[in-house]
Amino acid sequence: MNDSILTLILLTPLAGAVVVALLPDRGKLPAWIALLTSLVTFGFTLHLPAHFVQGQGGFQFEIDRLWIENPPIHYHVGVDGLSLWLVVLVGLLAPAGVVASWSAIKERRKLFYSLFLVQQTAMYGVFISLDLMVYYGFWELSLVPMAILIAMYGRKDGSRAATKFFLFTFVPSAPLLVAILWLYAKTGTFGFADLQADIATGALPVAGLSWAALAFLFAFAVKVPVFPLHGWLADTFNEAPVAMAMVVAGKLGLYSMLRFHVGLFPAQAKAFAPLMIALAGVGILYGACLALVQRDFWRLLAFAALGHLSLIVLGVYGLTFTGWDGAIYQILNNELIDAALFVLFGALELRYATSQIASYGGLAAKVPQLATLFVISSLAMIGLPMLNGFVGEFLILSSTFSGVSHGWAVVATVGVILSAAYMLWLVQRLFYGPQSQMASASTASDLRFGEQAILWPFAVLMLVMGMAPSLWITAIENRIGPVQVRTSAQIPGVALASRTAEGGQR
Amino acid sequence: MNPGDSYRILPEIILTLTGVLVMLIDASLPRGWPRRSLGWVAAVGTTVALWSSLWQLSLPVGTGFYGTVETSPFTVFFHVLICGIVLVALLLALDTLPEDSHHQGEYYALVVFGAVGMCLMTSAVELLVVFIALEISSISTYILAGYRKETGQGPEAAIKYFLLGSFATGFLLYGIALIFGATGSTQVYEIAHALVVAPNGPALPLELAALCLMLVGILFKVSAAPFHVWTPDVYEGAPSPVVALMSTAPKAAAFALLLRVVYEVFPTLKSVWEPVLWIVAVLSMTVGNLAALRQQNVKRMLAYSSIAHAGYLLAAFAGIGSTGIAAAAFYIAAYAAMNVGIFAVVTVVSGYDEKLPLVKDFRGLLYRAPMLGSLLLFFLISLVGIPFTGGFFGKFYSFSAAVGGEAVWLAVIGLLNSGLASAYYLRLAFSCAQRPAEGDAPPESPRVGIALSAALFFAAAATLLLGIVPSEVLRASQTAAHTLRPPTEQQEMQPVTAKITPQP
Repeated sequence: MNDSILTLILLTPLAGAVVVALLPDRGKLPAWIALLTSLVTFGFTLHLPAHFVQGQGGFQFEIDRLWIENPPIHYHVGVDGLSLWLVVLVGLLAPAGVVASWSAIKERRKLFYSLFLVQQTAMYGVFISLDLMVYYGFWELSLVPMAILIAMYGRKDGSRAATKFFLFTFVPSAPLLVAILWLYAKTGTFGFADLQADIATGALPVAGLSWAALAFLFAFAVKVPVFPLHGWLADTFNEAPVAMAMVVAGKLGLYSMLRFHVGLFPAQAKAFAPLMIALAGVGILYGACLALVQRDFWRLLAFAALGHLSLIVLGVYGLTFTGWDGAIYQILNNELIDAALFVLFGALELRYATSQIASYGGLAAKVPQLATLFVISSLAMIGLPMLNGFVGEFLILSSTFSGVSHGWAVVATVGVILSAAYMLWLVQRLFYGPQSQMASASTASDLRFGEQAILWPFAVLMLVMGMAPSLWITAIENRIGPVQVRTSAQIPGVALASRTAEGGQR
Repeated sequence: MNPGDSYRILPEIILTLTGVLVMLIDASLPRGWPRRSLGWVAAVGTTVALWSSLWQLSLPVGTGFYGTVETSPFTVFFHVLICGIVLVALLLALDTLPEDSHHQGEYYALVVFGAVGMCLMTSAVELLVVFIALEISSISTYILAGYRKETGQGPEAAIKYFLLGSFATGFLLYGIALIFGATGSTQVYEIAHALVVAPNGPALPLELAALCLMLVGILFKVSAAPFHVWTPDVYEGAPSPVVALMSTAPKAAAFALLLRVVYEVFPTLKSVWEPVLWIVAVLSMTVGNLAALRQQNVKRMLAYSSIAHAGYLLAAFAGIGSTGIAAAAFYIAAYAAMNVGIFAVVTVVSGYDEKLPLVKDFRGLLYRAPMLGSLLLFFLISLVGIPFTGGFFGKFYSFSAAVGGEAVWLAVIGLLNSGLASAYYLRLAFSCAQRPAEGDAPPESPRVGIALSAALFFAAAATLLLGIVPSEVLRASQTAAHTLRPPTEQQEMQPVTAKITPQP
């Protein structure tokens, strides 16, 4: 079971997608199948933390099979502390995505849910692949369902937003692929662990490595996004179906930074760190300031996300151990909170058919549950102690303060305060104050059962993650650090040369 | 000549007989009788030729007919590919040619005769036979390009293609003449031997001129920039099933010829042709993609896209030793699968008389015909080069070869170009994914018969399999690449394939 669990996680959504594609598009049938598939897959992902061995080095649940002989591409998957919870997170967000689409997607459900499930497979693939080509494959694959669904279900001009999204993320992956190919040409392997060892030997040309590292970083920074590469974010949040928007930003790029930039090129990452920290600092303030002035709540959420993701980038490029713990934990928090907010905003838009904040007002009396859950999620987002956002932010801020520089810590803290400002103001404008014309005229009902079934557990989780972070962080600390060199590469020159010889015979 | 020689051209013989048979039956059928069944005859003949070509693998590698044709894994690879493309193109035509067309017999016969020329082009090792093969294939395609005589564009396409095409063939022939003058032979291996023995002889200017002229002739056929000008007009004017064929099969044959010429005839001049092909590759990609961005007509857009793909393929020629050849061969196969596929879909959607030629006419296809729409998306995704499709591995191997050959910038330009290209592919994809416009009377749903379903199925399956389990085809292309090397060259070439060692 331990060997095949990751393959099972990877293939179950794909199988679900095929089933959805084959069955007729009748009523809610595709939605039910998608829900079932995502619940089953979530169940599988829970197997990972249950059987994860603490303190054991290296990757776990590993499986390594040769896929293509020449050039040698392996189906090599495994998880460590870094990817463990991210896989579970993908599993957790999938049912939330289905619920968020339940009433919002009214036509072509079959296509929607099959692409939705393909997207799940692609995301699992990104998190578990330990072969750079396989990783790249899933990385690219994750763009396709997203782009098609944005184009099909966009609110106003889906095609434009989808093209923008696709070009923004596809073009930077061109240098990424060249960098991967260059690494292969120099070392004869696509394997993550082998490459890490080979790069650690210092035998590769330094200039080439810097370019390769830059190409990796650029692709990831667009995907996160990092200021000033965030051009696609607001349009995508605005146009994408809720289930897609909640997974589009953040974790894929941040994970890739941690694993494949900081993890693979520690020296180059160190060289880029000051730049990245500065960009993150600017991003925190820029995102928060723009979020303050948005009139549309999707755009507000987009700039809020830019600010919060920049904070995580700050944690990553602080290059401190605590900062990484905080960054990884904050990825989980951020995605969880964002998902809850997406479902809530989606619920609002479904009921009142507008995303203009000014149209709302005084909703708390009309939809009390929705308001309560919204307040909880907002408080978690702004980092109220006892809720999960606090732990991650605190770890990042304190590590920045002690390990990087006081100045940037202050900047980041200002950003956190500003985020409290816009979130609380948003809550006030949406739910309190005098009832708006629209709110008093509407007869919309409170949250449905499905939405409650997702959101209350999320709220509980936010509380638990805020009170007992060690449940998560212990496992997170079992990760493959960037400088660790494998024992087999103790005489690195030999290992490198022998593989190069194989590669040369291509 | 020994009696076993005819086995070496068995697929060509079978195809020729099929073509003759089709013409004879066509002539003896009374006027007005349906001629659709002739397409099935041609399809069966092509299938037999395909199998016979696979059977040729059991023959020892070698030449026949006094060293004019060769059988080797290289020729078999391209024979199978060409026969496969022709088969799908025939199936495609079966369901889309109008019933009342009384030239159907000619159509099928010409397709099969074209296949004879293309197959022979890949197996000939005597430049004069190459020339004849090229002419056989070209003349068939010239006629097929003008098959829609009733429109103004049909004859225009045919005449343009014919005039420019014969001009380009003239260049090739002139090149052959010059190389004959320089070395005293037109046989590939003898020329190669002569060039190796006297690498910098007094005839060097002559050899260089010959190389350049031959490159012009061949690059015209693969529609690489700057010899691409004919492509969009011809593709627009020719019927879509013909474009499905002529954008892939003759190009596959021409690339096989290019591989033979540069790697077998002129390996000694690698320092000359490599930079030339580098420039042509970059030009083709960039010109093709930039021009495609502006196109509203789907076929013109795909024409420019095929120019760009020729560029991606040429990037493989920067690879070291046989990696480049293998990558190029694989790319041709992947490109053929997805391009035939997309033209098949376009044929069905716009119809034979092309009532819906524009990108915006494809709007709502995913709603009108979900199956066809999904297939169109799939082929477009493959053309973009998304992983788990043939198009990705094609690009991957091609640029991998380029990076291995230290042409990192070529790979960067190529991949950025493929990013640029995604913009126009996506325009078509998103147009097809959009809700149909309100108020418009929806165009009638296209009719998809058995032959057409089979054609679409073959193309889609090939594109998918090349993306998921490319190992088999890759191994075949590597075997093919290893046989493409003159026997006398084996020792001299060895150091070039030496390992890539990391620099300290």
